[in-house]
Amino acid sequence: MKTRILNLIKIALKAIVLNKMRTLLTMLGIIIGVASVIAMLAIGEGSKQSIRDEISSMGSNMINIRPGADMRGGVRMNPSEMQSLKLKDYEALKKEASLLAYVTPQVSGSGQSINGANNWPTSIYGVNPEYLDIKIWDLQDGSMFTNAEVRSAAKVAVIGQTVAENLFTDGEDPVGKMIRFNSIPFKIIGVLSEKGESNFGQDQDDVILAPYTTVQKRILAIDYIQSIVASAISEEDAQGAVDEISAILREQHDISGNQEDDFNVFSMDELITTFSSTSEMLTVLLVAIASISLLIGGIGIMNIMYVSVKERTREIGLRMSVGAKGADILLQFLIEAILISVSGGIIGVILGFSATLFIKGFLGWPTIITSYSVIVSFAVCAVTGIFFGWYPARKASALDPITALRYE
Amino acid sequence: MAKTIIKIDDLKREFRMGDEIVHALNGVSLDIHEGEFVTIMGSSGSGKSTMLNILGCLDSPTSGSYEIDGVPVNSLDRNELATIRNEKIGFIFQSYNLLPRTTAIENVELPLIYNSKISSEERHRRAVEALEMVGLGERLDHTPAQLSGGQQQRVAIARSLVNDPVIILADEATGNLDTRTSYEIMSLFQELNKRGKTIAFVTHEPDIAEFSGRTVILKDGHIIKDEMNTNINDAARELAALPKEAHE
Repeated sequence: MKTRILNLIKIALKAIVLNKMRTLLTMLGIIIGVASVIAMLAIGEGSKQSIRDEISSMGSNMINIRPGADMRGGVRMNPSEMQSLKLKDYEALKKEASLLAYVTPQVSGSGQSINGANNWPTSIYGVNPEYLDIKIWDLQDGSMFTNAEVRSAAKVAVIGQTVAENLFTDGEDPVGKMIRFNSIPFKIIGVLSEKGESNFGQDQDDVILAPYTTVQKRILAIDYIQSIVASAISEEDAQGAVDEISAILREQHDISGNQEDDFNVFSMDELITTFSSTSEMLTVLLVAIASISLLIGGIGIMNIMYVSVKERTREIGLRMSVGAKGADILLQFLIEAILISVSGGIIGVILGFSATLFIKGFLGWPTIITSYSVIVSFAVCAVTGIFFGWYPARKASALDPITALRYE
Repeated sequence: MAKTIIKIDDLKREFRMGDEIVHALNGVSLDIHEGEFVTIMGSSGSGKSTMLNILGCLDSPTSGSYEIDGVPVNSLDRNELATIRNEKIGFIFQSYNLLPRTTAIENVELPLIYNSKISSEERHRRAVEALEMVGLGERLDHTPAQLSGGQQQRVAIARSLVNDPVIILADEATGNLDTRTSYEIMSLFQELNKRGKTIAFVTHEPDIAEFSGRTVILKDGHIIKDEMNTNINDAARELAALPKEAHE
């Protein structure tokens, strides 16, 4: 049996070698199909991963709490004008929530920052020191302000790279210098590490951090807080933390029964799901298109196998007359079809890899080649060979030797 | 008495052509013994091709019995018939039927490829032997396109010998060849016959039949003549007698 299969593989190989050009053209469909499936999946997987990384880098356990759309006498209010979040809400969360690792109030304002002759429009965020832990941000230089400085509403600030570059154009060390934000003087005590642009096109380095008490009193002159930022103790606990926060805030705000919340709690998890599902849909679409080309490749194989069987009818007749059984002929053509599709698959995998590297190298798109994409497309290839090779091979094996020998 | 290789009894083969039934063979009985060189003659439509197809196990009779080398063939299925063809029969065709773009040695090896009992070394050895026997030991790696018609037919003869068959069936084996080459081929057949090969040779040329030991003539599906040839012509001598310029 083994020698028989080996002999048939040799015969099929010979037929392929004798028709190099035709075989190559037939393979082309499969090659393009497999290569595009692999490349498309790599792009899809890559963009999914980069969104995930991006969001995680913003703090994967991060939870945002904002004042919610509230109905006041039938009028829906603009959430940013709401003043429903108070410091005591933050204190309640800090005290009662067991699934939160860090929590900070957040108030923000925009304005002009000035250092001597340089000025730069930017935003100031009033937070507590835990903000850095939530955002997973690092300091490049200096230190973060302390809780004591928060309590005393000290006029100290930590600035981002963009702000540093624009206010200290001659490259001097900003730490220890004084700047003014909306005419309030701040002493710079630290510089944040560079974060780059976020996925949403926001420059994360264009920021000034200061104690929330200072920003509340000196810049915004408000006593409420605009939002609360927290992080769950782990990614798995994010959903539990969201529920916990809701429960605590409902109690704080005396919201009972089926009354609507006057706040919104978002976890990064939800963001990830939202963005991933978009990119996932795109991946499915791309793969569907690529699969169609694989299907067309398969039809190409079937077509060429038909021509091959027709063209070699006399050969089939001869082989039968010297003792080839129907199964021998069937296997010969089936092996030929499988060899074409599998070698097309191998070339396709190689091409898919190179295309992916090219996309990564020249277009700078994030790509990830998953082993399952290679395995699946390769398996589909082999199945395509069997599926589309079967019918022509079956036809060849059912030929009557006398008719086949006389075929012109 | 030599062993009976072919034994057919009251063989009938009918073909249905629309509403009409054509009796290609209408009760043929024939025995061929080991070592015989039989020519089967007849005009076209006499049933000789049908007979050869049945003898070669490519076709099955409508009725009657057929035994080859003691094996009754009537009851065999497609696969069993293929095995009989593979092990007991050597075919030679009018148009050689060699695989194009395939070397002589590979063409000769072909029947043995379908016999998994034979190793590739054994296959190669037997193919070389067969090609040497037909005088092509020097052209093992030539493809059909590089060989003359006579040489191609020699390759085909080598292919029919390679499985050491009980009978060689030749279908108008000289039909595509000129007189000189035909005689060369017939001389080869006579030589093989002398070495004990049993040969059944279908032809419609009476001068070819003179080289065989027995002539069977078919007409309208019946054997009308079956006689021993007492005055066998020697193909090698005929070849020598041909004028030299007949060959380029």
